[in-house]
Amino acid sequence: MEIWSGITEAFWLLVTLDADLVEITLRSLYVTLTALVIASAIALPLGALLAVRRFRARRITIAVLNALMGLPPVVVGLIVYVLLSRSGPFGVLGLLFTPTAMIIAQVIIIVPLIASIAHQALRELWSDYHDLLISMNTTQAQRVQALLWDGRRALLTASLAGFGRAIGEVGAIMVVGGNIDHHTRVLTTAIALETGKGEFALALGLGFVLIAMAIAVNLAIHVIGRTERGGRW
Amino acid sequence: MSNLFPVTLEGATLRRSGKVLVGPVNLELRAKGVTVVIGPNGAGKTSLLRMMHGIARLGGGSIRWACPPEEARAHQAFVFQQPIMMRRSVLGNLTYPLRLTGTSWSEARDRATQAATEVGLADMLDRPAPYLSGGERQKLALARALITRPELLFLDEPCASLDGRATREIEEILTRAAAAGTRLIMSTHDMGQARRLATEVLFLMNGNIHEHSSAEMFFGGSASPQAQAFLKGDIVE
Repeated sequence: MEIWSGITEAFWLLVTLDADLVEITLRSLYVTLTALVIASAIALPLGALLAVRRFRARRITIAVLNALMGLPPVVVGLIVYVLLSRSGPFGVLGLLFTPTAMIIAQVIIIVPLIASIAHQALRELWSDYHDLLISMNTTQAQRVQALLWDGRRALLTASLAGFGRAIGEVGAIMVVGGNIDHHTRVLTTAIALETGKGEFALALGLGFVLIAMAIAVNLAIHVIGRTERGGRW
Repeated sequence: MSNLFPVTLEGATLRRSGKVLVGPVNLELRAKGVTVVIGPNGAGKTSLLRMMHGIARLGGGSIRWACPPEEARAHQAFVFQQPIMMRRSVLGNLTYPLRLTGTSWSEARDRATQAATEVGLADMLDRPAPYLSGGERQKLALARALITRPELLFLDEPCASLDGRATREIEEILTRAAAAGTRLIMSTHDMGQARRLATEVLFLMNGNIHEHSSAEMFFGGSASPQAQAFLKGDIVE
């Protein structure tokens, strides 16, 4: 019963292009995509560097990264909250309860995930390339570059996994964003709120919109990734 | 042109986890010719080439080029037994070594097209390299190694698992490169190939150089008993 009314609710929200729905959906996309771009810019080169470079703390770093993949979002939210709160070290920036704070929390949550998956994928590529690139006298930076470029398809998967984690995340952004209407409310926090109020149909409706959006973004990125060049490897 | 040679190896040794793969090798190679490295499986042919090229770290002894080591490295290239294809187009593979040293894109492109034509891959420039056939891959690897005009080219059994026609094409490319002044050091299992290409032979057994002589002498019947046996196809241990 409830599921059915949820589907109808989602349908009506969509066909009438409900203003609130559009707003929070766009905010969800803005926060998560921004976090994804920043996190990818950090995590992908990090994954490549971990594949290419042999340094003393390498194993430890990889183990820590893998462990951090399971970082509890609420705890991340709490730490970011403490850091950004008025009395915290970054309190003067006045970032708490803003979308920026939500982006910061999401970046922290998905960097280890993207870096870990990227490292796994690039490690195989590096074992293929190792002899050749050493023989060609490449510098460390050139090796990282070659891996990032030639492994871009696998890296796309890593980034998409990060997107999936960030878009459905509620604990951290609830804590640091505060779920303020017209300011920091996004799809997931709205769902939590409506569920709490007992508005299951609306909550379900929002849930279906969220799922549809996640699928749409994934498909879109895959289409872009594939048309860019014919071959697949 | 050649300022790499003569190269001198003194007690050069390559180890992996305590076990000696090749060495200690004492050897001096001069600037001219094609050196073919032969010997039974596990004799250390690949290890010797890798050690000289510097992909494997020297475990002892020394290798001295006639110029500083970095300069020597910059003028060498290596073709592996299993050609390593970068996950790019044929053109992308050929331009890569040029781009590394800062060649402009348009010049790299022209030289890559030229190099592809020389090895008969001109109409495959846009093909993804990992999709090429075995023979095409090795020709691409060879063209990629030669595109920087190295003074010295190492080849580790470049024709293993290739058929007669592909082997002949590779040998033609190698003969041309040698004629143009590229110093070749290659290992092979194919005695016919060794006879066709070699000016000088290194016969390896059990990780050491058993014999170093001119091709004429080696194949002309004045090789050691073990080498004679190996040439006849007997099993030498």
